[in-house]
Amino acid sequence: MKQSRRNFLKFAGISAAGLCLTPAAGALASGKAHPIVNKAHLKAKRWAMVIDTRKLNTKEQIEKLADACHHWHNVPKIPTNQDIKWLWDASYSESFPEQENNHMAEELEERRFPLLCNHCEHPPCVRVCPTKATFQRADHIVAMDYHRCIGCRYCMAACPFGARSFNFMDPRLHLDMDNLNMKFPTRMRGVVEKCNFCVEKLAEGELPVCVTKSEGAIVFGDLTDPNSPVREVLRKDFTIRRKPELGTEPGVYYII
Amino acid sequence: MHYGGKIIAGLVIFLALVSLPFWFNLGSAAYKQPQVELPKNEKNCIESKEYMRAHHMQLLNEWRDWALRDGERTYINSKGKEFTISLQKTCLRCHTSKEKFCDKCHQDAGVTPYCWDCHVPPKEAK
Amino acid sequence: MLEKALKGSPRYWGWILFLIIVIGLCSLVYINQLIHGLTVTGMSRDISWGFYIAQFTYLVGVAASGVMIALPFYLHNYEKYRGLVIMGEFLAISAVVMSLCFVLVDIGQPQRAMNMILHPTPNSMLFWDMVVLCGYLALNVLIGWTCLESERQRVHPPKWIKPIIYLSVVWGFAIHTVTAFLYAGLPSRHYWLSAIVAARFLAAAFCAGPALLLLILYVVRKLTGYYQGDAATKTLTKTITYAMCVNVFFFMLELFTAFYSNIPGHMEPMVFLFSGLEGNTSLVGWMWAAAACCILSIILLVPPKLRDNKSLLPFTLVILVFGTWVDKGMSFVTAGFTPNAFNTVTPYWPTSSEIAVSVMIWSIGALVLTILYKIATDIKRDLSELTPEDE
Repeated sequence: MKQSRRNFLKFAGISAAGLCLTPAAGALASGKAHPIVNKAHLKAKRWAMVIDTRKLNTKEQIEKLADACHHWHNVPKIPTNQDIKWLWDASYSESFPEQENNHMAEELEERRFPLLCNHCEHPPCVRVCPTKATFQRADHIVAMDYHRCIGCRYCMAACPFGARSFNFMDPRLHLDMDNLNMKFPTRMRGVVEKCNFCVEKLAEGELPVCVTKSEGAIVFGDLTDPNSPVREVLRKDFTIRRKPELGTEPGVYYII
Repeated sequence: MHYGGKIIAGLVIFLALVSLPFWFNLGSAAYKQPQVELPKNEKNCIESKEYMRAHHMQLLNEWRDWALRDGERTYINSKGKEFTISLQKTCLRCHTSKEKFCDKCHQDAGVTPYCWDCHVPPKEAK
Repeated sequence: MLEKALKGSPRYWGWILFLIIVIGLCSLVYINQLIHGLTVTGMSRDISWGFYIAQFTYLVGVAASGVMIALPFYLHNYEKYRGLVIMGEFLAISAVVMSLCFVLVDIGQPQRAMNMILHPTPNSMLFWDMVVLCGYLALNVLIGWTCLESERQRVHPPKWIKPIIYLSVVWGFAIHTVTAFLYAGLPSRHYWLSAIVAARFLAAAFCAGPALLLLILYVVRKLTGYYQGDAATKTLTKTITYAMCVNVFFFMLELFTAFYSNIPGHMEPMVFLFSGLEGNTSLVGWMWAAAACCILSIILLVPPKLRDNKSLLPFTLVILVFGTWVDKGMSFVTAGFTPNAFNTVTPYWPTSSEIAVSVMIWSIGALVLTILYKIATDIKRDLSELTPEDE
């Protein structure tokens, strides 16, 4: 009696395991189907950006880039402080609060600075995310998986740069639904989003939207390659980064 | 039997509730497989019709992780043909109407996948 | 034992009904939040956590405070706490339930909450917080239930429960430490970036939690005649006194470090709390009231004459709970976001929706606590242990 019950349990266990495995086996039925990286994909060990704020420093200039970015990524315009920003402008003291000086050059006080996700080398947002919804790719782009985000907003508390926005409401309420970019999705209510360094453009061999629109004021390239355009600019000009003392190693440099 | 009447009454109510869907559909027409509108310009989907019918959700799940998380955005199908991994740029280019394709089966099956909360179907944007 | 909760006076059922009605009405507000999103709250891009997470933090403290009774009773065989220990454990259960609810209502996609288990991420403190909170809930249910059941059957608790009790004592410290780590490890949130946050949280928990327990037990005594005894009350009040002194001391350490170092980033949140920053003074009145309550409670607790004054004690406990609640349940989260990442001030105040949803969760906690306390007091009555023998 005891023996047969044990056998029954074993059998039931194996059957249950089999049931669990069946869907997985079904998915594999397509044989040798598999994904590869796009052939045209732009590759780098560490993507970085240098922004020349001598050329790019007015509200209008930056707004033009932000509009292009936001249109491409279907980012809504929300007129409250629950808004979504991938790329936006701020004053020197808002951008570099720890590096503010007395009696700064008047011209500098008036400059506006383009802000975006810094795609840090050691991103605190990735460290705190409880579901790996925000993660770091091999090329050091900090990416978001909107399918997985539970909307806990821990990443927003962790980001020292205010680069993250939460969809407090359905973003489509504030999007022109007749004028969407059909090549990119929108987001849904309840997830966090931010600049993605245009990974979807890099995958097709193109540079980020803001870079192409900047008329040379923004340079983009591989920080580990001494011959890359970013390293060339960094060699020539004095640059600063936002809140370097926090050790996140931002990937966005500003020429002052 | 203690509480015999109450137990039986309870069982009857329970059975009535459980079998409610059957009573509800009694007399209605037999189930007909939905007629989906197939693309006019394209004969073959990325995989066989049977495979897509049974496994498109698993495939889309895999596509999602491959494209977004692994950065692998080209799909080589079981016959070695290449496709861009993208719901909006690949699937919806042929299946131009969500209402006449996706919704047909989803409605009958009573499922509401939330793909469309983010991904934009062609018709909706006009 | 659950059958005890099913038989009660009209007053008991009236209270249960009242709570269910409140939960039902307020859940409509929550459903509205589910439909429209967290836009119904006062939170914003710059202040992305608010009242919900603050309540969560405070209630984790209440849950952890059960340790202050369990530790003397189980580890030092302090017999006077025999009547108190189950009440502490049951309060902890209710508090953990409430804190888990507060996390759940705060997230934007609650139906995906299981992603935390599907994709476990050990480097996230939120993942560990979920682990310790669920674990603490399980431990307290197991211990409370087993010990009460053995008491009812007039036998000693089974031996296997001892190691679990010891584990729960350590676990109590762990839940509030991990909750502090949620905050204390974030760069650039100066008010939170302090090694003493966990210690501060524990000190505040060990005075506020037992104070709340004693206040609830006043009501329980009025309604059921259950009394934990003068000796237990006196000892627990001493614990509250020490913990409150340590709590205020720890806060002063923060003040010293911020102002003696004169580092703007460290001073600004304090300035925001006590005198306002860039014209934003929303918390100033609350903070001074809380500070006054905290100091006054210490004045009323330290001299034995005042501390043991039975008619004064409820008042002292009320102002202590208020003071610590403002510190942890109102100001701590907001001050961490002030000034924000751009060194400017974004105002935050909870909306009526946030308050209504919080009332829903507090009522759920009250319901859980009522049912558990009903069971406990009925069993004590059956054992004719409603009041301790030395009374």
